Amino acid sequence: MTRPFPIAATRRQFLLVAGSAGLAPLLAPKPAAATADSMAAAIREVVGEASVRPGKVKLELPPLIENGNAVPLTVTVDSPMTDSDHVKAVHLFNEKNPQPNVASFHLGSRAGRAKISTRIRLADSQKVIAIAQMSDGSFWSDSVDVVVTLAACLEDSPP
Amino acid sequence: MTRALVNIPKQAKRGETIEIKTLLSHPMETGYRRDTMGRAVPRDIINRFVCSYNGVEVFRADLFPAIAANPFITFYTVATESGELKLSWTGDDGETRTETATITVA
Amino acid sequence: MRTPGLLSLIILAEVAGAVVPARAAEIPQSDRRSGYDSMSPETRAMQDDDSANPATFWVLDGEALWNQKAGEANRACADCHGDARDSMKGVAARYPAFYAARSRPIDLEQRINICRSEKQKAPAFAPESKELLALTAFVGRQSRGMPIAISIDRMVEFLDAGRSLFQRRQGQLNLSCSQCHDDNWGKILAGNTIPQAHPTGYPIYRLEWQGLGSLQRRLRNCMIGMRADPYEFGSPEHVALELYLMWRARGMKMETPGVRP
Repeated sequence: MTRPFPIAATRRQFLLVAGSAGLAPLLAPKPAAATADSMAAAIREVVGEASVRPGKVKLELPPLIENGNAVPLTVTVDSPMTDSDHVKAVHLFNEKNPQPNVASFHLGSRAGRAKISTRIRLADSQKVIAIAQMSDGSFWSDSVDVVVTLAACLEDSPP
Repeated sequence: MTRALVNIPKQAKRGETIEIKTLLSHPMETGYRRDTMGRAVPRDIINRFVCSYNGVEVFRADLFPAIAANPFITFYTVATESGELKLSWTGDDGETRTETATITVA
Repeated sequence: MRTPGLLSLIILAEVAGAVVPARAAEIPQSDRRSGYDSMSPETRAMQDDDSANPATFWVLDGEALWNQKAGEANRACADCHGDARDSMKGVAARYPAFYAARSRPIDLEQRINICRSEKQKAPAFAPESKELLALTAFVGRQSRGMPIAISIDRMVEFLDAGRSLFQRRQGQLNLSCSQCHDDNWGKILAGNTIPQAHPTGYPIYRLEWQGLGSLQRRLRNCMIGMRADPYEFGSPEHVALELYLMWRARGMKMETPGVRP
């Protein structure tokens, strides 16, 4: 299947396209995947127009992931967890999986401690973001950049 | 067939914060995989997990395909009174799997 | 399909081809390490805590099967073997074992299927079936923490066959198991540490599989990764290799059911 080259927006892109006639398949659009933009949109859906400040949240992920199928993650939020001052929810987002959302955890003053552990899937090396929604309406965040490699010996489909 | 493993203390002091560890047997099929014939394997995940304490919801998680197979979730809750903790996992198929545990709070 | 390991493996093969001796040296006993040692603290915690280890689901299913009457004989494993916590203690740690009726070693999966077909008069379980994995995980769990104790009485020729298979160059990359696992363990290949390849934790919950699998499944994966034809499940080559690998790991602690990346 061939497509006509799109007219590039910038002169530099146009020169690249013109000089590489044999590279059409490489310039085909990427399959739908989360991008920094869709992650920003997913965050906006939760946060609205409020500002998100770095702090109070600690997101822990191993910097070098053994296997992207099951990545251990712990998120802790510094909060007294009283009726008047507590974490309402913690939301996790990622940059390069097919979808930007990972999970949303809903807490409240009965939690006692705002600390959650789980295991997530990461399709590629990327940024993971945790956003805490506090009872006073403020939002706080932390982010971690992780490196994800494929296993050394790729196997056949299961027996 | 065992579906869930839950680790909750049997006893606690009133007001103590306790850790609850949960593990569910479930493939969390993302919907992005393809089988050997190239057909997409349909999405089938647990999308909601709830913990209620004597009928009151104390923790809830909305889950997406990025949660790993055999979902593992640990969280905390305050031991307010003796009674029953109920954990439920709801799948895309609409079914809810439940485990209960009793706790004695003195 | 990305094959990031291929280039690394080709380079490794060219380098190793220049200097490999006729027979690779075995790892000195005191230098032996389980794959557990190169895992992250989180993955180790996943293995150590039964309530965080997905393999526990298979162990519990195995316990249910142990107590379930089956076959024309309408017998459960428990009817002959009682409480597995007593009767199966140390059993997995000494398999593969010599089976006189066949004058050859058999592995634990084969032993279970012999009981199933001869004593329970039920059809044997298929390789890598849920039931067979559950029973081997349950029986193997009863040996956790115990040292691997293989006796090679009457099995020397099979041990030698297993050792030859381990040291034999094979496949498109012309690599032997030994070149990675005896000569280059501890080095990083495509982001993962090369283990010494001791089968201390089988059947394992492998993160790559998102499920439980046997040593033979893992060996087949390795061979496919080396671009060699994998052996069939239950083949004599597999049993000889299992015997050699377990004997090579003698004295190391059983970790079944292990977790591995």
